[in-house]
Amino acid sequence: MSRVGIPRSLFYYYYYPLWKSFFADLGAEILTSAPSNRHTVERGIELAVDETCFPIKVYLGHVAELCREELDYIFVPRLVSVEARSYICPKFMGLPDMVRALIKETPPLIDITVDLSCDEKCFQKDIIRVGRLFTRQARKIQLAYQHGCEELRLCRSLASQGFTMEEAIKMWEGEPMEAESETDLNIGVLGHGYSLYDERISMNLVKRLRAMNCKVLLPEHLGSEVVEAEAATVPKRVFWTLGRKMLGSALHMSQREDVDGIIYLACFGCGPDSLIGEIIERKVRDNKPFILLTVDEHSGEAGIITRLEAFCDMLRRRRNYRSESKLSPYGASLHSFENTV
Amino acid sequence: MKVSFPHMGHLYIPLKTLFKGLKLEVIAPPPISQKTMELGVKYSPEFACLPLKINMGNFIEALEQGADTIVMAGGWGPCRFGYYAQVEREILQELGYDFQMVVLEAPDSRISELLLQLKALGEKVSVREAYQAIRFAWKKLIAIEKLEKKLEYCLPRAIDKNRLESIFERALQAIDEAESQQEVEKIAQESLREMEKSPFKSAEVLKIGLVGEIYTILEPASNCYAARCLGRLDAHVSRSIYVSDWVNDHLFGGYLRKSNHKQIMQSSRPYLNHEVGGHGQETVGSTVDFARRDYNGIIQIAPLTCMPEIVAQSILGRVSEELEIPCMTLYFDEHSGAAGVYTRLEAFVDMLQRKRALPSNSQLMEARA
Ligand code: SF4
Ligand code: SF4
Repeated sequence: MSRVGIPRSLFYYYYYPLWKSFFADLGAEILTSAPSNRHTVERGIELAVDETCFPIKVYLGHVAELCREELDYIFVPRLVSVEARSYICPKFMGLPDMVRALIKETPPLIDITVDLSCDEKCFQKDIIRVGRLFTRQARKIQLAYQHGCEELRLCRSLASQGFTMEEAIKMWEGEPMEAESETDLNIGVLGHGYSLYDERISMNLVKRLRAMNCKVLLPEHLGSEVVEAEAATVPKRVFWTLGRKMLGSALHMSQREDVDGIIYLACFGCGPDSLIGEIIERKVRDNKPFILLTVDEHSGEAGIITRLEAFCDMLRRRRNYRSESKLSPYGASLHSFENTV
Repeated sequence: MKVSFPHMGHLYIPLKTLFKGLKLEVIAPPPISQKTMELGVKYSPEFACLPLKINMGNFIEALEQGADTIVMAGGWGPCRFGYYAQVEREILQELGYDFQMVVLEAPDSRISELLLQLKALGEKVSVREAYQAIRFAWKKLIAIEKLEKKLEYCLPRAIDKNRLESIFERALQAIDEAESQQEVEKIAQESLREMEKSPFKSAEVLKIGLVGEIYTILEPASNCYAARCLGRLDAHVSRSIYVSDWVNDHLFGGYLRKSNHKQIMQSSRPYLNHEVGGHGQETVGSTVDFARRDYNGIIQIAPLTCMPEIVAQSILGRVSEELEIPCMTLYFDEHSGAAGVYTRLEAFVDMLQRKRALPSNSQLMEARA
């Protein structure tokens, strides 16, 4: 039986159920790297060129970890585009080549090219090409892919019930998940899923907020029609898939009565974040309290916790104040808060 | 309508000609200065890449001088550039400027659409006049690039480098002011000859390939004048990108003249097997190409956090090792200082010179035999 390694990083958080069942149906055994930890990060920093953004460094750490295992293949897809007329990020387009150049002696890479920007034909061909590594029956490969898509839908519908993709993947694999406890604040949280749901990169942002009695609202909890409709209100269509989803989600959340505030988790040195974060901040700040957290490999947990606590305190004060006076405290109080963090 | 545009190297000269030919009033932004940088940095998103910040500085200065229309290029990803204009417009509007922004969204190789958009700008001109405007601008562009290449060749070899630079600057200004194609040609011929006549040193010069992100390569103010520094350090610099190549390959679909773009992209394999936006693949391909042509070293330049170039840099390490060509990467942002950059260039050139002085393996073998 062939063994295929899948790094627990980057698009793992969006597509793992698909890939896992695809390879499993073709008779492969799947091994994932451990959740990001100190070693993953250190290894990634060693391998990457300095200027690389944190998530890519972490990814390299995961691949390096998998290289130590007895594997027949490591799955390192080249994600160019996952929907029409959109991209993810230039770095995803060169990922397999970066891995080959930076890590010596990897097992063979399965570097399927996912490019749906124009049409699906090439992608379908590439699926068959990859499938043939395991079986000669084209039909079996197609069925495995279809099955993968169904599993992914299932997992996403689990996530939409208020969980993160990381939790949803665990539930999908059969782990029980506890329902949320009491909450008094409702906070919209945005960011690239691979940063947000990676406990090292986000420093457990979502769980920390929950521990502070906040209900966390994520892009995955919103209907995609709502998100796309909101995103379509800007003059030029955002051509980054994740950026557009975040923008749409932010606009939607900023109009919702039940959302108290919005947090955007950006990565230091991230190209799309540097523009999308700016646009979102401009659009949202007059409607909702908003903070932009920028993290990298040097960020300390203490700093993040302080900022989150201050933000929650402010939201609570603000709400109590509003329910007492029925006046909208937008403006002055909001800005003075921004100046203090 | 008073039209302005962002600076990118000497592109302002053909652009001015183009817009004038379209019977538009042109207000070129003042040359990029410390003040331009400061304005740009102050009003741009903190983590945007440097070209956006310099664009902003250019726009603010041009608007202050009375421009009311900004012409900017667009695009559809995957890199940030395609969204520059949107962010820039929003910020400028918030600053209270009254202007319109014309974004040329022509996708690669759609010259017909570009022509339509340009034509729409110059309402009063006929198709014929528009065509002539483009032709004249193109002539100026070609003349300037001949001079640039000549300067790249002569500067390292010349004994009196100041004189050479002043011939070049004078020629640029004359071309800017020239009113006819004949005039442009005459200025170019004379200046080229004058440059060639400068007394040269006899020593052989180093050859360095300059690769990287297009704006950083074309706009000296964004790279602390790295190419000139190298010339003054006696290195002959060849760039991976000249504007005319880009215009020819991307706007005219290779129609204007023969192009080696395909071959360069091909050279990037097997190191980088897919385009990665910007000029990332060109960077890798050109590096391989320069190495095959026996260049002594490669310098990659790009704005800090530039995504395609970070991909390329990650891969250049392997190229450098396998093809045995030294590579150095320099990133630029608003904090880059000329002195620091010069020191690094100097150290790199020294290293290349020492390396060349060492007898290569084959010579060693011969000597031993
Ligand atoms: S989108 Fe940002 S964080 Fe993600 S890979 Fe690209 S630069 Fe890095
Ligand atoms: S190529 Fe580099 S400099 Fe240009 S937009 Fe992309 S990241 Fe910015």
